[in-house]
Amino acid sequence: MNVLGSIFFRRESGILVMIILFCLAVGLYKPQFLTLSSLRIILLLTPLIMIGAMAQMLVLVARHVDLSIGSMLGFSAMVVGLMYREFPEIWWMVGFPVAILTGATLGLFNGLLVTIFKLPSIIVTLGTLSLYRGLTFIISDARQINRSVIPTELKVMSRTSPVFDIPWIILIAFGIAVMAYFVARHTQFGRQIYALGSNPKAAPLRGIDVTKVTLVVFALAGALSGLAGILYASRWGFVNPSNTGAGFEFQVIAAVVIGGVSINGGVGTVMGTVLGVLLLGCVSAALPLLGIPGSTQNAIFGAVILVALLIDRTVRHRGVASVSGGAA
Amino acid sequence: MIADVPMLIEARGISKQFGGVEVLSDVDLDLHVGEIHALLGENGAGKSTFAKILAGVHRPTRGTLSMNGDPVDVPSPIAAQKLGIALIHQEPVSFPDLSVAENIVMGRQGGGLLTRVPWTEIIADARRYMDMLGVSIDVNRPMRGLSIANQQMVEIARSLASNSRLIIMDEPTAPLTPREVETLFSIARRLREEGRTIVFISHRLEEVRMLCDRLTIFRDGAHIATHAIENISDEEIIRLMIGRTLKKYRRKHTAVIGEKTLEVSNLSLLGAFEDISFSVRRGEIIGLAGLVGAGRTDVARAIFGVAPATSGSIRVGGIEARINRPTDAIELGIAFVPEDRAGDGIFATLSVEHNLTAAIPHKIAPNGVIRRELERGFSNKSVGDLSIRLASLGQPIVELSGGNQQKTILARWLLTEPEILILDEPTRGIDIGVKAEFYDMIGGLAKAGRAILLISSELPELLSLCDQILVMSEGRLTAKIQREDATQENIMLAAVPRKGLAA
Repeated sequence: MNVLGSIFFRRESGILVMIILFCLAVGLYKPQFLTLSSLRIILLLTPLIMIGAMAQMLVLVARHVDLSIGSMLGFSAMVVGLMYREFPEIWWMVGFPVAILTGATLGLFNGLLVTIFKLPSIIVTLGTLSLYRGLTFIISDARQINRSVIPTELKVMSRTSPVFDIPWIILIAFGIAVMAYFVARHTQFGRQIYALGSNPKAAPLRGIDVTKVTLVVFALAGALSGLAGILYASRWGFVNPSNTGAGFEFQVIAAVVIGGVSINGGVGTVMGTVLGVLLLGCVSAALPLLGIPGSTQNAIFGAVILVALLIDRTVRHRGVASVSGGAA
Repeated sequence: MIADVPMLIEARGISKQFGGVEVLSDVDLDLHVGEIHALLGENGAGKSTFAKILAGVHRPTRGTLSMNGDPVDVPSPIAAQKLGIALIHQEPVSFPDLSVAENIVMGRQGGGLLTRVPWTEIIADARRYMDMLGVSIDVNRPMRGLSIANQQMVEIARSLASNSRLIIMDEPTAPLTPREVETLFSIARRLREEGRTIVFISHRLEEVRMLCDRLTIFRDGAHIATHAIENISDEEIIRLMIGRTLKKYRRKHTAVIGEKTLEVSNLSLLGAFEDISFSVRRGEIIGLAGLVGAGRTDVARAIFGVAPATSGSIRVGGIEARINRPTDAIELGIAFVPEDRAGDGIFATLSVEHNLTAAIPHKIAPNGVIRRELERGFSNKSVGDLSIRLASLGQPIVELSGGNQQKTILARWLLTEPEILILDEPTRGIDIGVKAEFYDMIGGLAKAGRAILLISSELPELLSLCDQILVMSEGRLTAKIQREDATQENIMLAAVPRKGLAA
């Protein structure tokens, strides 16, 4: 690895150092935090955010933002829940393509509004955040999908494991991260996202089909939100029209931004995003141990985001840019 | 004489209109295989527009292009790239967050979205092109942070990667140091030996002499002449570049010239201008001529405190002035009407009225709260004085014509009752009719005892309005010409950088 490469790597290792310092600090007060079982707790807190973060990372790198991913998660989960309720005989695995396609459709709608009407994505997805949440209420008659409706096979995915006692749901999340890495780093599409976010004016001059790339990015964000939706049903065993996915976008944006993805586009790595998710997971897991009430969690997340942004800004001003695609 | 030289590009009758204004008319031009061809002309002569048409950035309104004898259509930059035509901008277009290697190959690769990026091949290719150019840039580093010279090298490598036969360089040397220029020229010569054709747009005659085989002169959007470089003298080139015939406007007012109000001594700003000294007296109009990039606007910005000079002094009314930011200049009675109306001048989303009164908050709001009747009074007076044509004061300023927007900005600064007025290209993009109105207005302001510094690229404008014309070239003052001695020729001779004049 060349000298510059190692500077880029320092960005990711900076987050890693933050994680280690945080865990050691908490471990000084509560030694039980530094055990394998709390690692398990941390990992179980993160799969949905991990998947959402991969989606949001790609959107942010393209110099857009998707505020509607929590609502897309909720709507997709509700569609799957209603399917299980209305067609109890259906094979449980069918839920996966249904959730993913539902999410992709909603995401594509976001993308169409952004590309056809040239609207800023922050406004479009602020609108669809409410729209999709409202539709979730309408299709569900404002009623919750209960535990009994969700297939047992789906629910046990969050506990059972094929290897090393790591539950399916965590393996899926990390599998998505690996795929996101491959897409971001090794496909034409991935590089075009970075190019588009880095210089939107130059992108069409270099033969990038901006409309197509933007549509695919938003559809992909929707599809991943849909996947997160069915995994929500697996993890919690219910789907609630008002709670499911609510506030998800904020946790996800927090993780992505902490992970060093620039809201100005063009910059961000999968490795950084994964570490950002894990740092948030550590904070979430430590709060109850330290006796901090869950009600303050949002305030603490907010503070963590601001600190991460300040660090990001300081690093940038020293002229240490981050390379795209990741050197890790 | 050209029978045995193979032709790469034949342009016939190329014309281009922007919003009804013809900026290029019926341009015919042949480019030979393996030549370096200079395009010369004054600011706005049409050189860059022609280059952008070749590179697919603009489409011609009329006219045809052929390449190697076959008619071609260049609808987009990517089509140009496929044909082997590359345009290298003065400030290169790039993706700052992507690596140098990626910037070199971007746009070359085909295939679907999921096609794998062949990293090893891309990096090896990029290294190979860098070696061909003889420059050592780490191809794995990001574009961001590369010097302009190195960014140009990446752009040239890009044109090699797409195997360009025609490489157009639009004023590439302006931001470069002499050594970087030397490197660029040796690369350009090497590319010519490989049989590539280079179009070189520049203001600098000495560079054109050093590098080019033939040159073409543009004037007012028309092709004026093409010559082999050895068959034409500097004086002849300059004569062909100007030679415009414009109705002469005669200044109506003659002002009484009073004492010095603005004195600038040895003003320098590293990389922009050096050792600038001049003075402006009450009632006097001093013109500042020069080509784009000569540093005229930088001098104005330094006097106004936008980007203060690093050394030298400014005296206002005989007293040493410290101007570190625009508010300092405003307090001293200096007003600056900038060239870039859209960027620096207007508040696009605000009404005409709010634009008019933007520089005099303390006058319309004596106690911190805006008093409507004061604001209305000032606005109505301005509209009357400058005969600004508008539907209502509440109208957004962007709905006005360019000329009336410019009047509004001028009016804004006049409301501050400035003693010294700096006007940067005040009539750019304004209809001929409104221009005459502006000239009357500027003359009237001088008659009222104001000192005026007028930056303009339009020589007839300077010749008819100014008492004295200063000429800048490459950041230095190269001539001070009195009204009675001034001609287009002697201004241009001082403005065009040549050996012996500029360092």
